[in-house]
Amino acid sequence: MDGHIPALDLRRIRDDFPILSERVRGKPFTFLDSGASAQKPRAVIGAMVRMMETAYANVHRGAYHMSEVATEAYEAARGAVARFLNAGDVREIVFTKSSTEAINLVAHSYGRGVLKPGQAVVISEMEHHANIVPWQMARDAHGIELRVCRITDAGELDMDDLAAKLADGRVGLVAVTHMSNVLGTVTPAERIARMAHEAGAKVLFDGSQAAVHRRVDVQALDADFYVFTGHKLYGPTGIGVLYAKAALLEAMPPFLGGGDMISEVTFEKSIWAPIPAKFEAGTPPIVEAIGLHAAIDYVQSIGMAAIEAHERALVDRAMATLPHIEGLTLLGRAQDRGGVFAFALDTAHAHDIATLLDRAGIAVRSGRHCAEPLHERFGVESTCRASFGLYTTPEEVDLLAEALRQAREFFR
Amino acid sequence: MTDLFGDLRDLYQEVILDHGRKPRNFRRLDDATLTARGDNPMCGDRMELFLKTAPDGHIEDAAFQGRGCAISMASASLMTETVKGKTPAQAKQMGEAFRELAMTGTCPHCGGDIADDMERLTPLSGVHEFPSRVKCATLAWHTLNAALDGAKEASSE
Repeated sequence: MDGHIPALDLRRIRDDFPILSERVRGKPFTFLDSGASAQKPRAVIGAMVRMMETAYANVHRGAYHMSEVATEAYEAARGAVARFLNAGDVREIVFTKSSTEAINLVAHSYGRGVLKPGQAVVISEMEHHANIVPWQMARDAHGIELRVCRITDAGELDMDDLAAKLADGRVGLVAVTHMSNVLGTVTPAERIARMAHEAGAKVLFDGSQAAVHRRVDVQALDADFYVFTGHKLYGPTGIGVLYAKAALLEAMPPFLGGGDMISEVTFEKSIWAPIPAKFEAGTPPIVEAIGLHAAIDYVQSIGMAAIEAHERALVDRAMATLPHIEGLTLLGRAQDRGGVFAFALDTAHAHDIATLLDRAGIAVRSGRHCAEPLHERFGVESTCRASFGLYTTPEEVDLLAEALRQAREFFR
Repeated sequence: MTDLFGDLRDLYQEVILDHGRKPRNFRRLDDATLTARGDNPMCGDRMELFLKTAPDGHIEDAAFQGRGCAISMASASLMTETVKGKTPAQAKQMGEAFRELAMTGTCPHCGGDIADDMERLTPLSGVHEFPSRVKCATLAWHTLNAALDGAKEASSE
């Protein structure tokens, strides 16, 4: 037994999230869409309210007490993020408004600013649109070649294809998900980073899903870039994070221009501020940073290992039931996976299923989950997706399975 | 667990489930004079509509192909049945009335010449209680408009 990981006190945890006691259509609210955006604990809500009520002013500007207090809180949030990712240097943390903006920042400042036309960027077939479209834009504007690494029928990254895509040495960056928002697949990040580096490429991980479910150590992964977002980590919307190695940030031109990102401005030219300020033009999401800090404190007070163990039990329970539902097709069967399940039913379209589940108080996402190419890869028009959070209970997983059985009958 | 879905039979009435499972006029029209594609990019609902119009403009035949949810398939199926024999003006009038029916559940403009046909479409009125599903029901009618206007693409996003 190495089981020193305490089981989560689910009742207490659920009490931390006020919205979970809401009723939907007369039924308990069964929220299985945390992969789209997670619910917020009181600790996050309270920290943001307290900030606005007692410690709010613009940051990095005022030579007055309240601005200093706000600046200190904002920079403390950066420190918390750095520790959360085990970054070696707090200057390696850039706040953005979302993962999407963080990837756009890299696509612009590194893709167009550092990579040379003719160099290639490798993405994969299981990327979210946020890790596809910015690279297409860089390709079209800057002459970068875009290569798409295949995935296997099990929904895992095809490592042989990755090696092939890297073989000619022209790849400047590998930008792939750390955990698929559709298949739940967790990618072998360390191995991907090693392969990329051996081929002379940098590596970016889209950790929007992964950072919520697992302990991420950017130094152990040897990630060059790592992005995640606050609102999926039980924090607020409007705040995302870019981690990048300091030397890379130093070498990259800015993304957005404006206040806060310069040290000197004349009408002839401007001199960029040191990192990370160089990449934080304009008034940043101050209250949201404080909310993210509270969210990180919250998940760390529970423990990432305990959260991971809880979610693994939920995944095992889902895998023991969902694939056995008659007529249900589950997308992807990755060995290493998190609590995200996309599926289709033979008798009903994803939207009809979602409407039925909604009547039972169950919230799932339906459609293509910002991953159209992935749905084409698997030859399905659309799917429903159930995604778990730290507050998800085994009973909710069972309720989903029962509701799906009944939904299939409903449409027969 | 018996009452998991409550009153959803109001939305998924038998006629909708029936047309959703076995859509009528689900085929290509090789001699179509007007066609248009309809697309719900967020949902993945797609359809192609075929109209065969007579020299005087009235719709002699209507058919469609595509994939989508029960609501969008049933709506397209019922639409192709009800617009046959109509002039373009009548068909557009029905589309206007239907969109109001789908959004509000009531149909103040469903009387007159089109009353009988609109009656056939009323099982779809339940979608008004599901704002995210209204566009499923109206996709076929947006596509019809596009076809009649000579546009090639329609979207109900």
